[in-house]
Parts: sequence; structure tokens; C-alpha cells
Amino acid sequence: MDVMPKWADVVLVPVISLILAMVISALVILAIGEDPWAALKLMVQGSLGSTYGWGYTLYYATNFVFTGLAVSIAFHASMFNIGGEGQATLGGLGVALVCLAVPWPHWALALPAAMVGGMVFGAAWAAIPAYLAAKRGSHIVITTIMFNFIGAAVLNYMLVNVLRPTGSMDPATAKFPPGTNLPTLHEMLAPFGISFSKSAPANISFLIALLACFLLWLLIWRTRFGFELRAFGKSESGAIYAGIRPTKIIMGSMLISGALAGLMAINTVQGEAERLVLNSVEGAGFIGIAVALMGRSHPLGVLIAAILFGFLYQGGAELALWTTIPRELIVVIQGLVILFTGALDNMVRMPVEKVFLRLRRSNNGAGE
Amino acid sequence: MDFSTLIQILDSTLRLATPLLLACLAGLFSERSGIFDIGLEAKMLVAAFFSAAFAYSTGSVWIGLLAGIAASMVFALIHGVASITFRGNQLISGVALNFLASGMTVLVAQSWFQQGGRTPSLIGGARFEPITLPFADAVRDVPFLGPLYSDLLSGHSILVYVALLAVPATWWVLYRTRFGLRLRAVGENPAAVDTAGVSVIGLRFAAIGIAGLLCGIAGAYLATGLQAGFVKDMTAGRGYIALAALIFAKWRPWYALGACLLFGLLQALSLRTDVVDAIFPFKMPVQLLDSLPYILTVVILAGFVGKAIPPRAGGTPYVKER
Amino acid sequence: MKDMAGTADQPSGAPPNAPAAIELRGISKAFGPVQANKDITLKVAKGAIHGIIGENGAGKSTLMSILYGFYKADSGEILINGQPTEIPDSQAAIAAGIGMVFQHFKLVENFSVLENVVLGAEDGALLKPSLSKARKQLTQIAEEYEMNVDPDALIEDIGVGMQQRVEILKSLYRHADILILDEPTGVLTPAEADHLFRILRGLRDEGKTIILITHKLREIMEVTDTVSVMRRGEMTATVKTAETSPEQLAELMVGRKVLLRVDKKPAHPGATVLKVEDLRVVDEDKVERLRGISFEVRAGEILGIAGVAGNGQSEVLQVLGGITTATGSVQINGNEIDLTGKHSDGRSRRERGIAHVPEDRQRQGLIMDFAAWENMAFGYQWDPDYNHGLLMDNAGLKRETEGKMERFDVRPPHGHLAAKNFSGGNQQKIVLAREIERNPDLLLVGQPTRGVDIGAIEFIHQRIIELRDAGKAILLVSVELEEIMGMSDRIAVMFDGRIMGERLPAETNEGELGLLMAGITNDSGANEGAA
Repeated sequence: MDVMPKWADVVLVPVISLILAMVISALVILAIGEDPWAALKLMVQGSLGSTYGWGYTLYYATNFVFTGLAVSIAFHASMFNIGGEGQATLGGLGVALVCLAVPWPHWALALPAAMVGGMVFGAAWAAIPAYLAAKRGSHIVITTIMFNFIGAAVLNYMLVNVLRPTGSMDPATAKFPPGTNLPTLHEMLAPFGISFSKSAPANISFLIALLACFLLWLLIWRTRFGFELRAFGKSESGAIYAGIRPTKIIMGSMLISGALAGLMAINTVQGEAERLVLNSVEGAGFIGIAVALMGRSHPLGVLIAAILFGFLYQGGAELALWTTIPRELIVVIQGLVILFTGALDNMVRMPVEKVFLRLRRSNNGAGE
Repeated sequence: MDFSTLIQILDSTLRLATPLLLACLAGLFSERSGIFDIGLEAKMLVAAFFSAAFAYSTGSVWIGLLAGIAASMVFALIHGVASITFRGNQLISGVALNFLASGMTVLVAQSWFQQGGRTPSLIGGARFEPITLPFADAVRDVPFLGPLYSDLLSGHSILVYVALLAVPATWWVLYRTRFGLRLRAVGENPAAVDTAGVSVIGLRFAAIGIAGLLCGIAGAYLATGLQAGFVKDMTAGRGYIALAALIFAKWRPWYALGACLLFGLLQALSLRTDVVDAIFPFKMPVQLLDSLPYILTVVILAGFVGKAIPPRAGGTPYVKER
Repeated sequence: MKDMAGTADQPSGAPPNAPAAIELRGISKAFGPVQANKDITLKVAKGAIHGIIGENGAGKSTLMSILYGFYKADSGEILINGQPTEIPDSQAAIAAGIGMVFQHFKLVENFSVLENVVLGAEDGALLKPSLSKARKQLTQIAEEYEMNVDPDALIEDIGVGMQQRVEILKSLYRHADILILDEPTGVLTPAEADHLFRILRGLRDEGKTIILITHKLREIMEVTDTVSVMRRGEMTATVKTAETSPEQLAELMVGRKVLLRVDKKPAHPGATVLKVEDLRVVDEDKVERLRGISFEVRAGEILGIAGVAGNGQSEVLQVLGGITTATGSVQINGNEIDLTGKHSDGRSRRERGIAHVPEDRQRQGLIMDFAAWENMAFGYQWDPDYNHGLLMDNAGLKRETEGKMERFDVRPPHGHLAAKNFSGGNQQKIVLAREIERNPDLLLVGQPTRGVDIGAIEFIHQRIIELRDAGKAILLVSVELEEIMGMSDRIAVMFDGRIMGERLPAETNEGELGLLMAGITNDSGANEGAA
């Protein structure tokens, strides 16, 4: 029998891990001479206290949903895609190329095309490591790390040598044509009489992220491919027995993963910057790992974790603005969350399991 | 390209290869014991910061070195607790530590020095100064070999020589000592070591400790030898390049020296675009040069140029089977 | 504890009243909710070969692992030569003079024999003196006990029999007086097993104490002086081997009289369903695992393949199940099937009416983390019946699972439970329910009752025979000779990737099959044989 009920596994353990990460973060804030409680209040105020704050929180969350889902689907196939950063970088290139290729008349046309561009480029960047893993047995973690660096170099080359408008010193593309500009939450909510901050970058991509959550849930738990993917992730030898081809699953899961990471670019590149700059991903690919771990690779969990990280990002930016706490605090918290929910999972799990075991024993004892 | 330019490039290769080599050997110890370590970057970074911070505060680079090593060892210990004691995922632990180091160093630097996440510049005794090897001045005028000795081999900080000596030392420990035999065994089949009455946990912690020590030296060299002070994310992916070099070297010490010198050379070349343009008949993009270590590693991993077989028990926590 | 003969008496040779080499008092051990050892008490006399017999999962290996310091007992006491001894780790066990040969060898594959022997027992911090000293001693020990090995050979280059010898040498090099062997013959041919037993007798005559863990009655009767029986974590009896019989031991093992015979009517074989010709398999290391075998299975018959594990039987199942590629020819109902390429996988086989109950249900037949209802579709997830357009028909699957679980008496009958929460026997019933209810033309069955409790064994055998009686072809692979003899209508014996011969169960006996399993045919005139 399972030692723990399911809710303890999917809710209790991650929540305890999260609390531990937060406690240590608070200690860090204390150690650098600031008040953690005041810092938390400032973060909440700055990220959730206004539609402006929400607009940024949701904007960041949108990125993390995409990269979190990307890591999750690969996790289900027992693949650790650490290359979300590179795939999102290339996705940005794809989105930019699409946006610049044609004078788009309307965003409703530009968006689907840009999505395809981002997904194709992201998937392509995952395809080579996936192929090498499937056919040559190369370690996917190492190859995707390498591809992050290669991807950065590719983007650098493209921006500096190819896409930079003549005369510009800035390694960035030209501004996208207005027909590609996505509606922001402000514009979308106005017809309903809801006023939303005009300057916050949250845009229609958030809805696409929600849709991606639902579709991925459907894919993983309701389709034949999802069934095969999960079976392969749990037992490769079992999958082969069942006639599931490893190449198909490895390639399929990694291509979807890369496509999701690449899709992030519609939010950052097309939605916010409206041009492609160096480092538009800003580490979101890596945050996807934390989000997937905390969300237990379930789309709903990913969504919640992504919003939490969106809150951290926006809150952290506010902290940096109003206190002496640098923005890097978020990076510390992010590291702690990955450490506790990922690597130190057993440290939390084992005592919790013991408690449940003892509870059950004493219940059984009473029953007899 | 003339001879003196070549010497300059090779000299710079040696400097740039030093942190790679130390980190690569650190990874070698760790991975040979069966613990994957993608947190080399993290350990180097904390060592770089704490060595610079302590060297600046005390004025002694040696105290800085010790502080750097201590910080790196603390990170190694966290990795050990996560991946050995609690049998967590070694890759995830490494990723977490990389973030922790990247954020923590800036955070502490900012609250300590208020200089935007960097340490003040190090001067005098707070830096490792170049050492002139014996007779370096005397033999300088000997053709060919003279400059090779006086300008290439001589004139580096002591840590460069430490790194070079670490290669034969690692080889000797690995293949000529009891510890080395057990270390290699625990990375291949921990159950064999356990049933032979040797502690798997003890061995792996020892290996991780050595990795911490070597990364500590690597980080200290970055901040107090190669450069004069700590700046944000100054490791700049060197931990990953070291990892790539480790795979390139197929987890063997002498090959590690070769791989790190090669990758060091690539880094040295990308700093000298004038030389690159002179060597290649076409316009060599500097980005290609930068990413060559990674591309080469992927080629090796793909098994097109000999197969890189990692230690068999690598990456999996040891659980006594029922 | 059911005391049959009190504690076994000292065998002749040992001085009377000498303390027992090993005495265990009240050993208990639980893994989470599972009680693996319950209040075990055991005495083993010095200079004896003591057998411990029991079914899979009876707790034998756990008990010995406690003795070797691999696990810590929850309670109880260990006495070595009369001295209470704490064995918190293997180091302490070695210091107490205990050596253990595990079922799965604990050797470093890319180390030499010498390095493996020395590992953990080095003389000093430097390797060279240790190795040269060990080389001398190893030669000496090897000569003394007639165990020739090449000290410089790499483990990955030598056979399993030789590897086992290295394990024994490892213990002797550490001056072990007590040697524990866990299921040592599982990977050996009868002839190799006989050689091992000769070595063990030799060691006993030198005064070593040997504990032999096995589930094979024949070995207990052949080589031990005394024997203890374990059942469900408890020690049920300790008796002198000379004063007991296989029947009595079997009864003690399972707790009731066992029907060693399978009830079945004579077969009425029909048309040929499976025709295999010149089947060859070469593995990744370029070793030929199947060396051109041919056979047929007809409708309404069971062909049993006997053999020592690792002689190619698994490969036969894997090729026919679409897991491994091969060359040669395989026909199902007269139609050739692809053995390589795009159309050779588990799915294409299933579409041709081949169902497969694999040898290893935990690593192959089931996804242990999947619910029972998901496992009921495992391998058939592509079936249109299980799909509504793009989505899978989970509700329908759950409904269907209820019926299957009832018909195959799976307990508890809860389809939402994960496979890992069922006992071995019930897991196997889930696999059988899935495969048999597909109504296949050909059923491949590997080790159908491995790790399955006695009650379920009868049920599983009955179901397979029912399928045969329904006119289906069945290919049975088992390392249990008894199962092969009881179930099969024809028996093929494999050795080293070849079929050594075919026999009818009524016209053969275990002795003859044992010889074939060792690669000895009648005409080759061998004089060495299994009992």
C-alpha cells in the first residue's frame, strides 16, 4: 500500500518544502539587515495590490507557465529538459522572423503565425538533443545544457550580424510592425467595463497559456500518446514490451517541450518588447524547472506555481525599487525552491511518511 | 602570426585553462564516485566571491583562498546532503545550487560592499602575483626554448602551477592508491564497495569534498589571480565548459588536461579577434569560437568520435536493494 | 516455531558442546508495513552445510542480509561462536568472519579479478604492495580449493560461473569462516552447480560453516547437513536433512499439502499456429544468443521450453513478443511476420493475435505506478475499443476492468489501485486477465508463477490450460522443471542458444532433461550428469 494518501503527496509535501524555502529566504533578508515581514508586505502590495502589479505578475506567470509545462511534459517521459532557456531563445528568433517577414495587417493573423514560428524554432532546438538521446544514447541533460550556450551564440550572431537594422548599435531587431502588436489585458478588459492598468505588459498570451495548460492536461491523461508517454516515463522496458517505440516518445515529448518553451516568445518578444533583444528569456527557461517541480508536473500545479513565481518576480522587482534588497533575491528564492521541492524532496517526505505510518498503525490498533 | 603572438596566445590559454582544469578535475572526482555535478559553476562562483571579499577585507590573498575553499566546501556539502544523504536528484540539486550561488553572491556583495554586487578591486597582497620561475631571466635569450620557458611557463600565479600539478596528482590518487581504487569502484558499482565493508556514503562525501576543494581553488583563482576582484556571475559558464571538458576527456585526468587546454585556447582566441582573422581565410564569427567547446562536446556525446561512457553508477543514488 | 527435531544436533566431526557458529535469537525486521522477518531463532553448527529453504518472499534473503550487516534488525540478537555480536554493517560482518555471496554478484565489472578481491581489504594506502600480496594469496587459495581463476581477467569478460568463484574467493581472502550463499545455482547449469557443491563440501571439510539459501528442494537434499524452513517471514522448522523428505519440506514451505501435479486432460493438437525456422539473435555485444532454432506450436497444445536461465529462452519470448530483432523465419497461421524494422514491435505482434505474459511482470508486464484499469489496456492502448476518436475511453476501460478482475479473482478488486499495491500473485493475474481475455491465437508465457503464492499458482495453471483446451497455442518458458513437466504437452530443452532436443513429458524424466539442459545429449556419451 502507499504510505501516504495522495493529497499529502501532491499538496502537503510541496507546501512544506515551499515554507522551508520561504523561512530560509526570510533569514537571508534578516541577515542582510532588512525586515522580512516588511519585505513580504511590500512584495504583496507591489505585485497583487494593484492592476498594475497584477499585470506584471501575470505577465511573468505567462512565461513560467510555458516553460513550466515544457519541463513537465518532458518529466513525464522521464526526460530532464534543462534546455528550455535555449529553446525559448530560439523561439524568440522564430517569432521575430515571422513578425518581421510580412507587414501584418492585424494581430489576429500575426499571432497564430508567430506562434507557429516560435513553436517550430523551439522544437527544432530541442530536436537535435532529442534525436541524439533517442538514437545515440547521449545524455539529454548535458546536450540540452550545451544547446543553451550554442543557442545564445546563435542569437547573438543573428542579432549582431544579420537582423540588426543598419546604423543601429544596439544588438536588437527593428521594431515589429504595429499589426503584430498583441492586445493587452487593458484593451481586452475595457469592453467589459473593467479598468486594468494600461502600462502593465500582461497580454492575450496569458489566455493562450491557460489554453496550453488545458490542452497539455488532455494530452497527458486523456490521449493514447499521453498514455504511452507516461508508460515510457515510468518504465522503458515496460514500454518496449507494450510496443511503444522509445524514439517516438523521446522525440515527441521533447518536440512538444521545445515548442512550449519557444511559445513563450509570443509573450515576451511579440507581446512586451515588440522587437527581439539579446536575453529576452531572462532565465525563464530555468525557472520552468522550479515551476514544474513545485507543480508536480501537473498542468494545474504548474499554473499555480507559475503565478507564485510571477508574484515573486514582480514582488522582487518592487523590493529592488524601494529597498536595498537587490533583485537577485528572487534568484536565491528560486534556487531554494528547486533545492527543497526537488533535490531535498526526501528530507521532507520521509518524516511526513513516518507520521502517516504511525497514524495508520495507531488507527489499526484501535480497530482491532 | 609571429612567434611572440603565439607565445602570448598560449600564455593566455594557460591562464584561461587553469580554472577550467581545476573545476574539471573537481568534476572528475565527484563523477568518478557516482555523483553527477552540474554545480561546478556554483562552487566556483561562491569561492570567487568569498575569496575576493576576504582577501579585500584582510589584505591577505591566502586568507581569501581559504575563505573561498570553505565557501565552496559548504556548497559541496549541501550537494552531498541532498544527493547522498537524502538520495535526491543530483542534477536538480546542481541546478538549485547554481541559482543559489548566482543570487547569493550578489546579495551578500551588495550588503557587504554596496558596490552593485561586486567587490572593490584587489591590490597588492590581496591578489596572487605572478611568480618568476628560477632562471627565467637567464634563459630568455635562448632561441625558441627560452621564450617558451620564460614567457609561457614562467610568470603565472602559484595557482596555475597548482592546477598543472593537480593533474598527475589526480592520476596518482586514482590509479595508485587504495582510496582511488575504492573511488573508482563506488562510481561503477556501489554495492560491491558496500558489501566489501567500505562505506559508500563516506567515499562519496570524500569525493565531493575534494571537488569542493578544487572548485574553491578555481574560484579563488578567477577572482584573485586571473582578475582583481569579484563581479556578478564572473564564472560566465566556466563550470559548464569544465563539465564539457570532463566528458571530452572521458573522465580521465591526462585527457582532462588536454581538453581544458583546448577549450582554454578557444577562449584565448576569442579574445584576440585580430589573430583569428589572420588565421582563417574566411570571416570566423566570434560566436562560433565561443560555442565550439559546447559543439565539440555534443559531437563527443553523440558518439561520432569515440564513445564517452560515464561511470556506470553515475547519477543514481545508492539504495540497498531488498 | 514448530520444533521438529529440536535444534539440529552437531554433525559428526565437530566437538560436542562446541558453541554454534551462528545463533540468531528473536530476529525481527519490517520494511514499512511489510514484516519480512518475524521473531526468527536459528542455530547453525560449526562445520556444517546448513540449508535455508522457503518460497520467494519468505524472508530468507532479508535474514541473511541482516546477518551480513546489510540491514539492521528491528530487534533480536546475533551470536557468533557463542559471542553476542553487533553487526551494524558489512565491515563488522567481515570482521566476525562472515562472507556472503549474493544472488546478484557484487563485482565491479571493469575491474580485474584481483582488484575485485582486494577491494575493501587492502593492506595499506598504496595499491601496489596490496595487489602483489593478494596475487600470491589468491593463487594459494585458488589452488587449495581447486578454484582456478585468472587474476588479471576483467569481470565483464568472464562467465557467471567464474564470477561466482570470484565472489567465493573474495570471502576466503577475507578469512571468512562462515560463508553464506544466496540462491547460488540460479544462473548455473546442473554441471556447474555440481562443481559448486563439490567446492562447498571441500570448504566444509576444512571446517568452514556454510549457509545455503535456495528454493530448490533438490539442492537441499543433495548438499546440506541440516535444513531450516522459512514461511512468510517465520522460521517454521529446523531438521536434519537425512531425516526428512522433499515432500515433508515442501509441505513445511507452503503450510499445507501441495499438489505438485497439474490436473489436465490429454491435448488434442490441431493446425500449426506458430512455425519458427532458423531463428537467430545477436545481442549488442555481438554475442549470438539464439543460434538458429526451429520449432512449431500447434493449436490446442502447450510447448514448454526448459533450460537454465540465460540459455536463450528469454530471447525466444522477446523475439516472438516483438521486443528483440532477429533473423530467420516466423510464421503465424501460415503468414510470415517481420522480425526487424518498422513492423516488428509489440503492437504488430498483438495485432497478429500473439499475446505475451512476460517473464518480468514488474519491469515489463505492468507499469507499477499505473492503476489496475490503466494496466488492463497496457499494450493495447491503440485498440479502437479503448478509444473515442482522439481521446481514450477511460470510463469504458474502468468498467471493463471490473469484470476482468472478478473473472480472474484479483484481490482486492479495486481497479483504481496502482499495480504496485497488489501482491505478486494478483499482479500476475492482472497480466493474465489482460492477455488471455484478448482471446489470442498464440499465448507466450514466461515464468508464469515466479514469485507467486501457492494458491495463485494453481489458479494460473488452470487458466492457461483452459486456454489450451479452447484450442489456442501456448508457448511456455519456465526455469522450474516441475512446472514444465506438469504443464507441457511437449518439452523442448534449450542450451546455449540451441534446442538440444524435444521430449514428451510422459517419456522423459528430470534426470534426462537436466542432462539436456547442461548441453549433453545421449549420443555425446557424457558421464557427468545432474541427479
